[in-house]
Amino acid sequence: MNKVDRDRSRRRLAVDRLMYFLCFLCVLIAVVPLLSVLYYVAASSLAIINFSFLTGLPRPPDEYGGIGNAMQGTFIVVATASLIGLPIGVFAGIYLAEYGNNRIGGSIRFVADILAGVPSIVVGLFAYSFIVLAMKRFSALAGGVALAAIMIPIVARTTEESVKLVPNTLREAALALGITKWRTALYVAVSTARSGILTGIMLSIARISGETAPLLFTAFGNRYWAVGIDQPVETLPVRIFNYAIAPYDRWHAEALGAAFLLIILMLAINLLVRFAVRGRYSPTR
Amino acid sequence: MGFGDLVFESVAAGFAFCIIALLILIAYELIAKSALSIDKFGWIFLISTTWDPVHEIFGALPFIFGTVVSSILALIIAVPLSLGVAIFLSEMAPSSVRFPISSLVELLAAVPSVIYGLWGIFVMAPILRIHVQPTLAKTLGFLPLFQGPMHGVGMLAGGVILAVMILPTISSISREVLRAVPDVQREAALALGATRWEAVRISVLSYARSGIIGAVILGLGRALGETMAVTMVIGNRPEISASLFALAHTMAAVIANEFAEATYDLYLSALTEIGFLLLLVTCFVLTIGRLLVWRIVRVPKGVTL
Amino acid sequence: MADKIGIENLNAWFRTNHVLTEINMSIPERNVTAVIGPSGCGKSTLIRCLNRMHELVPEARVSGRVLIDGVDIYGRDVDPVQVRRRVGMVFQKPNPFPTMSIYDNVAAGLKLNGERKRSKIDEVVKKSLDMAALWDEVKDDLGKSGASLSGGQQQRLCIARALAVEPEVILMDEPCSALDPIATAKIESLIRTLRENYTIITVTHNMQQAARVSDFTGFLYLGKLIEFGETRQIFSNPRNELTERYLSGRFG
Repeated sequence: MNKVDRDRSRRRLAVDRLMYFLCFLCVLIAVVPLLSVLYYVAASSLAIINFSFLTGLPRPPDEYGGIGNAMQGTFIVVATASLIGLPIGVFAGIYLAEYGNNRIGGSIRFVADILAGVPSIVVGLFAYSFIVLAMKRFSALAGGVALAAIMIPIVARTTEESVKLVPNTLREAALALGITKWRTALYVAVSTARSGILTGIMLSIARISGETAPLLFTAFGNRYWAVGIDQPVETLPVRIFNYAIAPYDRWHAEALGAAFLLIILMLAINLLVRFAVRGRYSPTR
Repeated sequence: MGFGDLVFESVAAGFAFCIIALLILIAYELIAKSALSIDKFGWIFLISTTWDPVHEIFGALPFIFGTVVSSILALIIAVPLSLGVAIFLSEMAPSSVRFPISSLVELLAAVPSVIYGLWGIFVMAPILRIHVQPTLAKTLGFLPLFQGPMHGVGMLAGGVILAVMILPTISSISREVLRAVPDVQREAALALGATRWEAVRISVLSYARSGIIGAVILGLGRALGETMAVTMVIGNRPEISASLFALAHTMAAVIANEFAEATYDLYLSALTEIGFLLLLVTCFVLTIGRLLVWRIVRVPKGVTL
Repeated sequence: MADKIGIENLNAWFRTNHVLTEINMSIPERNVTAVIGPSGCGKSTLIRCLNRMHELVPEARVSGRVLIDGVDIYGRDVDPVQVRRRVGMVFQKPNPFPTMSIYDNVAAGLKLNGERKRSKIDEVVKKSLDMAALWDEVKDDLGKSGASLSGGQQQRLCIARALAVEPEVILMDEPCSALDPIATAKIESLIRTLRENYTIITVTHNMQQAARVSDFTGFLYLGKLIEFGETRQIFSNPRNELTERYLSGRFG
């Protein structure tokens, strides 16, 4: 190897090392906001979190109030959304996986992917016009419908992907035993895929628990405990938003406290799912 | 086909068709409620800069401008970073480090928008106001982009926070695209004596190019519709300015801010029309992105678009 | 020796690909019949036509008659699901249901077809595992996952699962090709035992295995049945030149 070759290969190695470094730098930069958010919310909220904060009702800005009704409301709205959205989403996903290998299935799949990307505020507009106007009031139901509309395409696709992963030889084994196609689909394919399906469900619940925009004018808000699904309710994300943009310092602190709680909830679900899924789906790259 | 089979398939199909029905229903409701505003303002709505609820004159251009500019700014910041992350995770990282790092990146996507907004108001905006914006004004102040009063919040803040939020989307889809490139391609390059980076450049990136473009477009789709974080840091002033320091507004943000306060039908209708425009634009962008990515790979579980 | 299965003018297609051409064959009852031939000759397709699994593939077609005990299983009023209960199948790669225990795997066919009585299921599970020569190895741990067994044990589990629905015919699609020699030997001896009560048709690309295990052999080449007869005769004195060339390894 002469001098030119040696210089060239030294330069190539230098470029290689530089690119490695740059890519690693990108990772560091990407991770900074996450760590900053987590640290900031955790640090600022510890002072304010106590039993009365978690279980109390909101107070005027000259006192410290609580997020009890917000947590209750979030639970009600998410539960409503799940009751509506999960059956539709899961069965749609089963259909796509077992019977959807044709043009119709392809178009449903495509629409589901588009629907999953529709801005959540637009979904809120839809729920406003579809439910709030019809009922002539804001309600937890309207919020639940909005969140269900967000949930359905996500759950459908994750369910489909999980069921599709079940190897075909299992279906064949069941069919060869003389088991009917629908029982094979339900009791063999879906049953084998159940942990993947559950994962998808949990991730979608985590996702909608944090949604704010669609609730702004559907579930709206409420200074008191929720009394019914046909009344407006307070939810954690909406409370965080309203308090964060208000001019009162105390409310800022409460917003951070509520945010801490919400983050704990979301991260817990996501980490749980990542760990549960690790063995089965860990990519080799 | 037995009776049980028929019933099961029909029921499942019914649920599946709900998805198409849902999209149609959403579009229908929005069009119906925008009718008032469309009738009154027509095409002028799209190019008028007057947004005056008091005098009942509405024009959407400031919001369209804000949405487009903040999204493009977000892409400029996020795309190189996302690709760096994707390439690092897919091609370079040792396997022990892959899981924790990719978990961290995906956790970025798990944080709700409103919490990013919260952090944006109290942490990011002050940093912009005190450190970043003055530096930009000093070094690049001859450009109209970096002139004018510095509030911290504003178009720049909007773009940065959007970048943070779309980074996990672009990087995880890109990573799936890179994974779909068969190993034989990489091995062919390495067998020729290429370095690791050269192998990536020659064999992987060109093969995955349309998929990566698709990932970027899907990230754009997400940025266009992002609401809460943006409305909390962008300043919410419906003005068009050449400066990134200026306060701005976006389509999603104005709906979030003003819809609950809108007191009369035309106001509601104008906001709904903006929502409808947003729906059209995002559907269009997502369709293109999907077509590009689908050719190569399926979208990973749990990725929010 | 009666004929259990009569195949008359059987043709099969994958789209426009004519995979089986005018197959005429009689499978004697309670014997082991081997189907041999080079890769791609249609062996798997042939046995899949015998339990109406071939038609499950989109754009696959069958014509001709397959008579089991004199009744055409492709007849207009015949329910394919019923056919598959009378004709069991064991696949190339062992495929126990991964989320079910050993017990549930064997019981799967029964339970999914509506059997509720616990005592009856217990009895069938024991009998099937016994017949599959697996009972002694797993009887203390029936609740263990089906996937936790070794490859050979998994394949015997699949055989037990097939036996549990009490078929009359058992089809085996290269049952040993994914197994090591010791497990293979166990399965081969199991096949010899099962033959007393079942009609067995096994596809194999391993000629020596066919010679060891079967009573009758059919040689398939490019979708046509070239020769059929007693194994002894085929292997020592094949009537067709093509058969002889295949058996002596001149192609394959």
